[in-house]
Amino acid sequence: MSADDGNVLEVRDLSLDFGSARGRVHALRHVNLTVPRGRIVGLVGESGSGKSTLAVATIGLLAGNAEVVGGEILFEGRDVLKMSERELRAIRGRRASMIFQDPMTALNPVRSIATQMTDIQYRDGISDREKRRRAVEMLSRVGIPDPENRIEAFPHQFSGGMRQRICIAMALLAEPALLLADEPTTALDATLEVQIIGLLRRLQEEIGCSILFVSHHLGTVAELCDDVVVMYAGEVIERGSVGDVFHNPAHPYTHALIECDPGRIKEKTRQLPTIPGEVPDSIHVPAGCVFRDRCPRAFERCAREWPPEYVANEDRQHYASCHLLDRDGEAGQ
Amino acid sequence: MSTLLEVRDLRVRFRSMGPLRALMRRVEDPFIDAVCGVSFDIREGETLGLVGESGSGKSTIARAINGLLPIHSGSVRFRGDEMAGLSRAQYARFRREMALMFQDPAGSLSPRMTVRSLIVEPFKIHGYRDRNLDAEASRLLKLVGLGDDFAGRFPHQLSGGQARRVGLARALALDPKLILADEPTAGLDVSVQGEALNLLARIQDELGVAILIITHNLNVVRHITDRMAIMYLGRFVEQGRTDDIFRWPHHPYTEALLSASPEPDPDAARERIEIKGEVPSLMNRPRACEFHTRCPYVQEKCRNVAPQWSQVGEGHGYTCHFPLNLARADGDAGGR
Amino acid sequence: MAETDASEVETTLSQEPGALLQYWRQLRKDPLGLTGLALVLIMVGSALFAPWIVPYDPNQILVGPKLEGPSWAHWMGTDQLGRDLFSRVIMGGRIALQVALASLLAALTAGLLLGLIAGFGPRWLDNGLLLLFDAVRSFPVIIFALALVTLLGPSLYTVIFVVAITAVPIYARIVRTQTLAIRSNEYIMAERSMGAGTGRILGMHILPNVIGPLLILASMDVPLVITLEAGLSFLGMGVRPPTPSWGTILNDGYSYIRNSAWPVVFGGIPIIATTLGFTFLGEALRDIFDPKLRRDL
Repeated sequence: MSADDGNVLEVRDLSLDFGSARGRVHALRHVNLTVPRGRIVGLVGESGSGKSTLAVATIGLLAGNAEVVGGEILFEGRDVLKMSERELRAIRGRRASMIFQDPMTALNPVRSIATQMTDIQYRDGISDREKRRRAVEMLSRVGIPDPENRIEAFPHQFSGGMRQRICIAMALLAEPALLLADEPTTALDATLEVQIIGLLRRLQEEIGCSILFVSHHLGTVAELCDDVVVMYAGEVIERGSVGDVFHNPAHPYTHALIECDPGRIKEKTRQLPTIPGEVPDSIHVPAGCVFRDRCPRAFERCAREWPPEYVANEDRQHYASCHLLDRDGEAGQ
Repeated sequence: MSTLLEVRDLRVRFRSMGPLRALMRRVEDPFIDAVCGVSFDIREGETLGLVGESGSGKSTIARAINGLLPIHSGSVRFRGDEMAGLSRAQYARFRREMALMFQDPAGSLSPRMTVRSLIVEPFKIHGYRDRNLDAEASRLLKLVGLGDDFAGRFPHQLSGGQARRVGLARALALDPKLILADEPTAGLDVSVQGEALNLLARIQDELGVAILIITHNLNVVRHITDRMAIMYLGRFVEQGRTDDIFRWPHHPYTEALLSASPEPDPDAARERIEIKGEVPSLMNRPRACEFHTRCPYVQEKCRNVAPQWSQVGEGHGYTCHFPLNLARADGDAGGR
Repeated sequence: MAETDASEVETTLSQEPGALLQYWRQLRKDPLGLTGLALVLIMVGSALFAPWIVPYDPNQILVGPKLEGPSWAHWMGTDQLGRDLFSRVIMGGRIALQVALASLLAALTAGLLLGLIAGFGPRWLDNGLLLLFDAVRSFPVIIFALALVTLLGPSLYTVIFVVAITAVPIYARIVRTQTLAIRSNEYIMAERSMGAGTGRILGMHILPNVIGPLLILASMDVPLVITLEAGLSFLGMGVRPPTPSWGTILNDGYSYIRNSAWPVVFGGIPIIATTLGFTFLGEALRDIFDPKLRRDL
């Protein structure tokens, strides 16, 4: 393993386009992201913000019409974008593994859990019995009751929550350095979501891996994650520790998003806060700040100049892309 | 206010296997009860929330009330007129007075029709030929906050929030007295969720329509409903005024659901009631209290005796042998 | 997966203003589709205007050399009886198109009706109809055709009948599957919740969704029908002489192939050209109207 400054994953100034019939979609623009070793990082954003695109790009899984325009993705110190397909495969499933939103489609419906879980250990030079023993052990760790017998069952014989547990077990079998979780609780009911969040937290502590947790739900991120990265319309607009970002949001979008969350509003109201306006088109990206049309605090500079990442809190690694934070330059009122 | 909809002991069943297979396996009753002995009222202009996890039967109730699913037994009265057991033709007149809004906003709009033809569809179905349909379309679009330029669009040219508005416009076309809204915020981003709920609230204030909201999202229920009911395995486990239930949940399942909704605050007190396991299958209902397999406070009695519906205060009831917060609710009936 | 996925979801056959123009723009970018369109237009045009195009009566036995090669007087030469081959090929195209149109129209109508009934009707009716479709389909087409010809006697109408009968189950099955898929959509449920009856749902919501793909499919079947007609006529089971048909031209040419290869060549070229034309056009249309099919299949 090479030196990696204590970061499992570091994305620097990544820009990515998709080719489409209507024109080039600038799906990710100058994105920065850091996942330190042993931390849980939440990646939040609304639909179309590019959070899933970013998550799968980190292990080099790109759609056929995708083109990286610039930047680098350092996984354990090595640039994923420069790796051969072979090198990438060596990482996927071993150093980095993934769980998805829909646990049904992530499992092969015609093969038993036992076959699927021993198959994914094909690179480990151990006996089939040993592979099976490890699979059973992992199933019991994720809370599947009676794993010795249940391992012979097929995916459809499990409920949605159990299937997601099995997916987590499969993803953690190789003891990866990074677990990518793409909205793993969105399809689940509230009481199951609570269970899965608790499970992820516990397993992370036991195994010591890092987790990149993609979600549109602020509450879940606040509860599970150490750090949070907020995306809007293909850009990372704020990142920092969960405490800093949720208590002192530096970007007006983050602020508005937290205000909107009905889980925060305890007093009964018939007039809930919203963010007026719509997300800009990612084909014809407007100049300047992407959020300025909906921003209550936008000023003249926002339309003129694209905001780079400013430091919101020097010591605590809290950054936000908003001109309001530019202490040296011109600021708005 | 007078009662608009009165549901008593409603039961909706689905066939669980074919008649031949049932005969071969000697299953006497090859049905499952998706909704089982549910009773509630909706008064005019009131909002009732039905809350439950997937498979709890909440959408089934709405579809049975709307006549899309047969009512097996029980009574459903709309303004005093019995709807159970009616033929399709007899049902038509009730369909004018209540409208169903579907969960999937884009999926419930026919993809080849323009917004205009979609929202005037109810007039055509019910044969209102004398109306000026262009004027009606324009009026309805305005009501839900969309401009006339939307009339020529197709569903795939709408965003999730806009499709939701079109669905609401169509539901409002015939000036119904009751709207059955199935997951009105499902699939919407938080920034748009508020908009959808504010719109429903405004429509209700303007038109005085009653709304039955079906959702798994308690945050939706808290702000927009007057009363709510919590469902588990096709039954109500608790029903009452929304404020009361949020403040003093009596049933452990209600309490668990309330605490399962994470807040966007990393320091929020995590007094979480994590309930074990998963919802049992309808084919295999637990004995006695059906929640006993997951209840954190389960006792011997719960495994053997089914709890009855108990009433506390006005319209607040639950089914539990060992209810929570009972003392507090009694001692503090007038509020904090 | 990626939310801003660039694969645009295009809705099929939407009736937006200028939709036709848009389809034409898409078709223009597809060279194979354009070739197909040109071939089909030539075929249809020559069939429509055949009586005015043909220089001779196709059945008239001319005084002059038989089995002659192409010349200025006879562009494709003459056949074994001395008839003008060009005139016979053009008139044969007319026959071929008649058979194709009549039989496919009959098959489409019946298939649509039966498919809608199977897809929307009660379960037992669906099962019964499926059994019927499969029974008909289990006969090899050519054997089935030969049996019917033996029963009914060879004629143009027998050919049309054979084609229609064998095509109905195929279309009906497709319509049924489509109907079942569309029926489970939430907007159908929404229609029902508003009180719409079965007729309205079928006519306004299911039919328009089914008919587009079906027409494209039928256009791709035109060459199949034409070759089947040619095949039956070649075997002497189809169109009776002296009526010109591509099949009979081939048959006659085949008998005299040692004397002259021209009748076989000129009888075969239009069959190949029509087949390619309708196939190219059909595939291009399918790509335009149903982009999903292009990727998945």
